[in-house]
Amino acid sequence: MSKIKCQCGHDNPFGTVLCERCGRPQTEEAKESKLVDMRYEGSARRSQTYKRSIIDKIWNFFSSVKIGISIIVAVLTTAAIGTIFPQKLYVPVSGEAELAAYYERLYGIPGTIYYKLGFHDMYNSWWFITLIGMLGTSIIIASVDRVIPLYKSLKKQRTKRHPSFMKRQRIYGEGPSENPDDALIEAEGQLKELRYKVKTEDGALLAEKNRFSRWGPYVNHAGLIIFLFGILLRGIPGFYVDETMWIREGETRSIPGAEGYYLESKAFIIENYTKEEADEVFGDALERVGMIAKNYQTDVTLYKKEEGSLPGSNQTNFVKDYSIIVNKPLKFDGYNVFQMDFRLDELKSMTFKLTEKATDASFGEFTVDLTNPEREYELDNGARVILSDYYPDYDGIENGEPTSKSPIPNNPAFIFKMVTPAKPDGEMSFVAIKQTLETEVNDYKVNFVSAETRDISGLTVRKDKTLYLLLVGGIIFMIGVSQGSYWNHRRIWIQKGPDGGLLVAGHTNKNWFSLKKELDKVKDAANLPSYEDRQDKESNLDDKEVDKI
Amino acid sequence: MGLAALSANLLLVSFIAYLVATLFFGGAVKGAKSEASYKNNRWGKIAITITIIGFITHVGYFVTRWMASGHAPVSNMFEFTTAFGMMLVGAFILLFYLYRTPSLGLFALPIAIIIIGYASMFPREITPLIPALKSYWLTVHVITAALGESILAISAVAGLIYLLKNIDLTKKSKQRFWLEAVIFTLILVVGFVLSSSAFKLTGYEAHFTYTDKNEQLAKIEYNYPPLFGMHEYESLTPDVMTPWAEMPPIVNAKTLTTFVWSIASGILLYLILRLIFRRPIAALLQPFAKKANSQLMDEIGYRAVMIGFPVFTLGALIFAMIWAHEAWSRFWGWDPKEVWALITWLFYAAFLHLRLSRGWEGEKSAWLAVIGFIIIMFNLIAVNLIIAGLHSYA
Repeated sequence: MSKIKCQCGHDNPFGTVLCERCGRPQTEEAKESKLVDMRYEGSARRSQTYKRSIIDKIWNFFSSVKIGISIIVAVLTTAAIGTIFPQKLYVPVSGEAELAAYYERLYGIPGTIYYKLGFHDMYNSWWFITLIGMLGTSIIIASVDRVIPLYKSLKKQRTKRHPSFMKRQRIYGEGPSENPDDALIEAEGQLKELRYKVKTEDGALLAEKNRFSRWGPYVNHAGLIIFLFGILLRGIPGFYVDETMWIREGETRSIPGAEGYYLESKAFIIENYTKEEADEVFGDALERVGMIAKNYQTDVTLYKKEEGSLPGSNQTNFVKDYSIIVNKPLKFDGYNVFQMDFRLDELKSMTFKLTEKATDASFGEFTVDLTNPEREYELDNGARVILSDYYPDYDGIENGEPTSKSPIPNNPAFIFKMVTPAKPDGEMSFVAIKQTLETEVNDYKVNFVSAETRDISGLTVRKDKTLYLLLVGGIIFMIGVSQGSYWNHRRIWIQKGPDGGLLVAGHTNKNWFSLKKELDKVKDAANLPSYEDRQDKESNLDDKEVDKI
Repeated sequence: MGLAALSANLLLVSFIAYLVATLFFGGAVKGAKSEASYKNNRWGKIAITITIIGFITHVGYFVTRWMASGHAPVSNMFEFTTAFGMMLVGAFILLFYLYRTPSLGLFALPIAIIIIGYASMFPREITPLIPALKSYWLTVHVITAALGESILAISAVAGLIYLLKNIDLTKKSKQRFWLEAVIFTLILVVGFVLSSSAFKLTGYEAHFTYTDKNEQLAKIEYNYPPLFGMHEYESLTPDVMTPWAEMPPIVNAKTLTTFVWSIASGILLYLILRLIFRRPIAALLQPFAKKANSQLMDEIGYRAVMIGFPVFTLGALIFAMIWAHEAWSRFWGWDPKEVWALITWLFYAAFLHLRLSRGWEGEKSAWLAVIGFIIIMFNLIAVNLIIAGLHSYA
C-alpha cells in the first residue's frame, strides 16, 4: 500500500488519520471535524486499513472493541443464568436420570427446562468455553492492533504541531502575547516544576508526563492472557490433580494422585464453641443459633515410600506429623491436602461373649474388626467361634439370603459358627443389631458386649502446577490496571502563532480536571492566553458569570 | 461500659452525624449560585467536618468491635453491610477532597444512611467464627473487596446526580420512568427498615416447625406476621395469624414474607410521599442536583470507577481466589457469590471499554454507573439471602 505524504514532508503509513509528526489531519473526515479524535493518536491500525482477505476479516472482527464488549456481555449474561438454580456440582445427586428428577422435583417445569438446556452445568458447556476462548482471542488481537501503532506514533511525535492539530484539541486557547519567547521560557520552568518532560523546538513547546500509563491496558491484557493460558494448561495430565480420600482413624492409606505417599489418620477432632469459653461476647449468638462449630481437624502422619524399594513392598519413611485444619492444608512436594468433610462414629469393632444358655457360663470375649474381620476366634476351654459370613451393611433377607447394601459397616450382621467341646460340629447363629436368629434351637449363644466407633475424615488432595502461572498473570494484571488507572498521560502544547500570539492546547487520556488545574498554574505563571474546555459548556458559562460580577 | 456496648454507641453517633451532615450539605448546595461559587462555602465546611467526625466514630465502632470479638467485624450481613457503609463515607471523603463538591455529599450520605439502616435489620450480636472463616484472609479479602465496591458505589452517586440534573422530568420519557424507578427502589429499602423496626419494637415473634427440602423437621422464627407458611408448617405460637398460603420446600416463606411486607410498606411510603408532594420523587430531588456541574459529575463518576476497579479486582477476585484455594481447595468453584463478583468485574470492564473506545460519556456513562451499583447490591443482598451458596452467612 502506498504511503501518505503529509504537507510537512513526513511519510505516514496508509490509513493514518493524523500525521505522526505534525498532527495535521489526513482524512476528509478529520479535516472537517471540530474536535479531533485522539484515540490511538489517529495512527494507522491494521484493522482500519486492510479489509480484503479472510484473515483481515477475522482480524477486524476480533480487534473491534464493540465485538469485545459484546463478548463480555455474553459471558456476563451466561454466567448470571448459571446462578438461577444450583449448578450440578452443588446438587447432592449424580447421574443423568437422578439429576433430571432432582431439578424437576425441586424447581418444577422451569427446573426441567433449565436441566434440558444444559444450564445446570453451564460453566463446562461448550458454548461457555467457546465464549471464553473468543474473549481471549479478542483481547490478544485488539491489543496488538492498537499497541504497535500507538507506540510508533507517540515515539515519532514532533514538538511543533501544525495549528490545525492544536485547534482541534478539547483544551484549546489562543491570544496575543506581549513577549511570547519569555512566556515560553516561563511556561517551561513551571511545567518542569510540575514534573513534565519538556521539549522545545523552533518557538514551540511540548510538555509530557506519565506516558507509561498508556501501556497500562496492554500490560493488564497480557496478564489476563497469561491467566487464561494457565487455565488452559490444566487440561494437560500431570499439571493438575484433584482427588478425594476418606480415611478412618487409625488407618494408613496411600494418597490418591500422589504416587508413593501414605497418610495415617491418628484422630479426627470436632469442636464447638461452648458457653463457658465464649463468655459474654458470643453468648447472645450461641443462644440464638444454638451450636456453632469451632474446629474441624485431622491429625495425620505422612509417610513416603522408600526410594528404590521394590514395587509392592511396604517400606516407608516417616515424613512429618501434621494437624490438617480448615484453612491450613497439609503441604508437601507441590501437593495440598485439605480438611473438607467428615463422618462421625462409624462402627470400628464389636465385642461379643460366647455363653451357655442354660448356665450363663462364659467362654470369654472376642472382638470382630468390622473392616477387616478375622475368620476364627479362639476362646477359653477349647471353644472357638468361626465367622462364616459377614454383612457389613445388612439390608434384610432376600430369597432366603441376607444381603449387604454396601461394604461400609453401618449395620453389621454376622453368621457365627459356635464350636464347643459339647458340640464339636458347631451350632449356627445369625446375629444382627438387636436380633438373633437360629435355624434350630441352640445350646450356646453369642452375646453383644460392646462396640467401638471411630470417625472418618474426608480429605481433598490437590496439586496444581498452574497456580504460579495464574498468580503471575494476576500480578501482571494488577500492575497494568494500576498503571493505567492511577496515572494519566498528559500533554500540553504551547507555541507561537502565525500572528505573534500564542496557541495553547492540552490533552489527557483521562482526569481532565487535574490537567486543567495544572494548566491553570502554568497559565498564571507564564501569562498565557486563557483556554476553553470545549466539552464543559456549563463551567464556561459559570466563568463568564463570575467575570461579570 | 464493655467494648461491645461502646461499639454499638459509636455506631449510633456516626449514624446521627451523617444525618446532620446531610442537612448541612443541603444548606451548602441551596446557598450557592453555581458550582463555581460554592466550592468553599461555609455550610459545606461544617458539613464535611461533621461527616469526618461521623466517619471517625464509625471507624471507632469498627475497631472496638474488632477488639471485642477478636476478628475483623466483616463476618456476617450486619457487620459487612455496616463496614460497606463506612467505606462508602470514606470514599466520599476522599473524592470530596479531590473535587470539593458538596452536591456529592448531599446524595452520598443519605445512601450511606440507608445502607447502615438496612444493615442494622440483621442480627447484631457478635458471632464466633466458623472454621471456614478462621483465616487472616477474612480480614484481607473482605475489607479490600468492600473498599473497592464502596468506591465504585460513589460513581453511581455521581451518576445519579448527573441524571437528576440532566433528565427532563417535565415530559414523559423512558429516562424519567427509570430514574423514578431507581428512587423508588431506595424508598423500598427505607420501607423495609421502617416496617422491620416497627415490628421489632413491638417484639413480634411467631414460631413454626416445618419440613425442609431434605425432608427434615426444622424450626423457624418469624418477626413479621406470617403471610406465607413454610412447607408443611405447624404453628408453635398461639394467636398468630394463619398464613395465607403454604409454600413448596424450595421457597423460604419467611424471606418471602419479609419481602412482601417490605414491598408493601415501601409502596405505602411512596404513595404517601406522592400524595403529599403531588410530584414524582425524582422531581422533588432535582433542585438539589441542579447546582452540580455535569462535566464534573461525569468525571467523578469515571474517576471513581478508575480508582475502585483495581481495588475491587484485587479484593474480590485475586485475594478471593487465594483464600478460596486455602480454605476450599480450589481457587474458583462457580459458587454464586464468586460468579456475581465476576459479573460485577466484567460489567465494569465493559463500562471502561464503552467509555474509552465507544465514547460513552455523560448520560450513558451515568446510567451504567447506576446499573453497576445495582449489581453490587444484588450480589450483597439477593445472592446472600435468596441464592444460597457457600457465602451465605446471614
